[in-house]
Amino acid sequence: MRYMLLQAYGGVELEGCVPMTEWAPRDVRAHIDFQHALNAELLDSGELVDAQGLAGPDVAKFVVSDGVNPPKIVDGPYPESKELLAGYRLIDVDSLDRAVEIAARSSAAPGPGGVPIQQQIEVRQVLGAPDPEV
Amino acid sequence: MTAPDVEGLLRELAPQALGAVARRYGEFADAEDAVQEALVTAAVEWPAGLPVRPLSWLITVASRRLVDEYRRTDARRRREELAASLSIHQEQTVPSSDDSLVMLFLCCDDTLSSTLSIPLTLRAVAGLTTREIAAAYLVPEATMAQRISRAKAKLRGRRFELPVDPAARLRSVCEVLYLLFNEGYTSSSGPDLLRVDLSGEASRLARLLHRQAPDEPEVAGLLALMLLTEARRPARTSADGTLVPLAHQDRSRWDRALISEGLQLLNATLAGRRIGEYQLLASISALHDEAESYASTRWAEIAKTYARLESLTGNPMVRLNRAVAVAMVEGPGSGLALLEGLDLHDSHRLHAVRAHLLDEIGDRAAAVQCYAAAAARTDNARERDYLVEQAARVSAR
Repeated sequence: MRYMLLQAYGGVELEGCVPMTEWAPRDVRAHIDFQHALNAELLDSGELVDAQGLAGPDVAKFVVSDGVNPPKIVDGPYPESKELLAGYRLIDVDSLDRAVEIAARSSAAPGPGGVPIQQQIEVRQVLGAPDPEV
Repeated sequence: MTAPDVEGLLRELAPQALGAVARRYGEFADAEDAVQEALVTAAVEWPAGLPVRPLSWLITVASRRLVDEYRRTDARRRREELAASLSIHQEQTVPSSDDSLVMLFLCCDDTLSSTLSIPLTLRAVAGLTTREIAAAYLVPEATMAQRISRAKAKLRGRRFELPVDPAARLRSVCEVLYLLFNEGYTSSSGPDLLRVDLSGEASRLARLLHRQAPDEPEVAGLLALMLLTEARRPARTSADGTLVPLAHQDRSRWDRALISEGLQLLNATLAGRRIGEYQLLASISALHDEAESYASTRWAEIAKTYARLESLTGNPMVRLNRAVAVAMVEGPGSGLALLEGLDLHDSHRLHAVRAHLLDEIGDRAAAVQCYAAAAARTDNARERDYLVEQAARVSAR
């Protein structure tokens, strides 16, 4: 089963968590190392399909079109950037339990002072082809 | 022969077979289709027993496919014109070294965008499989197959021969190879799964091009640039994949053999006095490679070369690099002055360079802001990690 683990900018439960550019350098490094290590582990276990960080909300664009007129394009920075995706992991696992387990690991990524940032991870199953038995 | 051995052999033979078939029958896109079919058959049959002359086998099977295809699709006209002349058993079709040049010209045609020309070049000239190319660009195999088909569709009907304006076409080829090289040099999106070494492919192709066109100074310049840049790669990332900027690289890890090869080629080319963009870029790379340390680099020389490059190309990105060199010679204030009014469409590089120079003159708050802005705008994951760390470092100081 494939699951998408989505991380939004605003999904951090840790109180007073400032943007990463304001963390102590040691904490930034620890956080980056944690993310790389988790990817490497999931790659080893054969569960990682894809992991991507997205470019910042400053360069995000919002496009709406009625299919006739020129599209309406809104440039970033988007005021409610907390709702925007920061990145995702696409995993292929045996069960929802395993997907939740990985999401929990990811949520506890170290933040300032090494304290887990408790980032909210959205776990969404990716729709596949119909079950051949059905 | 094992399957991986067969794969390696096919990779080597595929471009030669394609060149021979395309030259003989005159049409590139059809020939490419036929050779791909022959390769699929070979990949299945060869592990059980290699033919005596593998290249001839590929050429023969592909030719037969092509003839069948012509007979099937265009029964009347082509049967009369072609089928009579196509007797695949009579005359041995031999590969020629010029084929790869003609193929490069075709694959890097101006009508193709680089998203089409690069994959086609990698498959037709470098002999990579669609799967390998897809993995290198982190897209599904079906997507990459579609791109290659679209590229071929645009070239359909094109004769397999040297273009009438080889000099202009050579520029396009250089441009495509340089893009490919940079893609390999800077790419880092996502986990590095089975990625083909794109920079290595680019320099291999540049070598091939240089062999075919040894008197073209810009081709030599491009190859020298690749060698002199590639030489620094071992020091460019740390063991855990973190980006190490030039200033902090362990210079003992630079590849001396590549450097001396690049320098030799560059010096011989510069002596010809037909200076162009790639030769200037290679000269700058050479000045870095020759320096014992970042501080003892001949920055004034680099700044001068960038100035020449700027007047030659008018590229604002060049001004950015020039500002860094000027700052090393005259101080960060002069560097910042050069950045005033530079139109780079909010590029992350402009923010990063400005951040670095602001930090140098002691404006920490502004530097942090610029580093954060650069981090928010980069499209490269490794680079973002680096920029975020820089921001944190400056604000903690």
